[in-house]
Amino acid sequence: MLTVEEWDIVALSMKVSAVAILGVLPFAFAVAWVLARGRFVGWIVLDALVHLPLVLPPVVMGWLLLLVFGGQGVVGRWLQEWGISVMFRWTGAALASAIMAFPLMVRAMRLSIAAVDRRFESAARTLGASRLRVFFGITLPMVMPGILAGLVLGFARSLGEFGATITFVSNIPGETQTLPLAIYAALQLPGAEDTVTRLAVVSVVLSLVALALSEILARRMGNADGI
Amino acid sequence: MGFDVDVTLDRGGRTIAARFAGAQGVTALLGPSGAGKTTVLDMVAGLVRPGAGRIVVGGRVLFDSAAGIDLPPERRACGYVFQDHRLFPHMGVEANLLYGWRLARREERRITPDEACAFLGIGHLLNRRVRGLSGGEAQRVAIGRALLSGARFFLMDEPLSSLDPARRGEIMTLIERIRDDLAIPILYVSHQRSEVERLAQQVVTLG
Repeated sequence: MLTVEEWDIVALSMKVSAVAILGVLPFAFAVAWVLARGRFVGWIVLDALVHLPLVLPPVVMGWLLLLVFGGQGVVGRWLQEWGISVMFRWTGAALASAIMAFPLMVRAMRLSIAAVDRRFESAARTLGASRLRVFFGITLPMVMPGILAGLVLGFARSLGEFGATITFVSNIPGETQTLPLAIYAALQLPGAEDTVTRLAVVSVVLSLVALALSEILARRMGNADGI
Repeated sequence: MGFDVDVTLDRGGRTIAARFAGAQGVTALLGPSGAGKTTVLDMVAGLVRPGAGRIVVGGRVLFDSAAGIDLPPERRACGYVFQDHRLFPHMGVEANLLYGWRLARREERRITPDEACAFLGIGHLLNRRVRGLSGGEAQRVAIGRALLSGARFFLMDEPLSSLDPARRGEIMTLIERIRDDLAIPILYVSHQRSEVERLAQQVVTLG
């Protein structure tokens, strides 16, 4: 079984990933919506920006985060006026993994938004539903499998986040040392093989549980709604 | 009190124009495919905005470019029956039927769900999923959904085209009963002369 310290690492990882994914979900959904439905000047630029974390080396992403959110950064200085700093904090780790998970979440949701047959939306309008009601009653249930897929993909990506996190907020036990960082740290120590094995097993189990959970949720929704 | 429509719309270099007025009962829109029949229905429903003109149904002004009136689709009280029925796939039959009924205000409701089920003969389908319905069943549910939404007029876009001949006669009888028993005006798109001759009081040819 895991030691107390190892449980703390798992708990911290879950907290960082959960906060990252839930916090970034509304933004990812909004961007997915705009990319799926909108055609405007700068569409290509937005599309490229969204995918940047997917194609850049994570270390470069972490360095960019340092530039923006660090003590001298534009956002960092603004946050400091409010007495907030994400540097060397678990919130910084959440920010890093949120940004790294963002493109995957956008992609999953965008595909399902684009797949919605808009003729159902116009049918609902003629039946007396306002745009807002159509969104919540027709569109959102239809894209829900995509949202769930996005959440699971994002969560898995976030649990595995390494490069940007260690570059941005360092490897501080109890604060920013998530599962991959702890495994990396244990690998540097002689005689910590057991810790490495246990944490690796936990990582595998967490990923599998997330996948199974999304599968069950998707099926249950499908059954309830007659799809 | 039927339809009083005079609209034009420029689309892809072509002008779609429709002008007709008056008759009670069923007004049929005939014309070759590509003449813009469905687009005219969409304009009356408020799903497509005409370039210019005026749409009045049963004395209610739904659109008037000169007066700056353009009611959104949800306030036009139209019952749009689509060629492909467009029942919501993520809901069962009952939820589909009640979708518009729940949104309608009490005074807008013209028929209760029980009456609609009896009228259309779909009571036994209530607990079914949409996916398992036959073409004729789906079209009857779609008509019921439109009726229950408080429709003051119907727009029907080739509602028989996906049905086999036996079901066609059945749905045509139903349309006649909506026309006669419920006295709801119907704008009916078709390219089948025989359907139109049986159902329509007035024929408008497009394109």
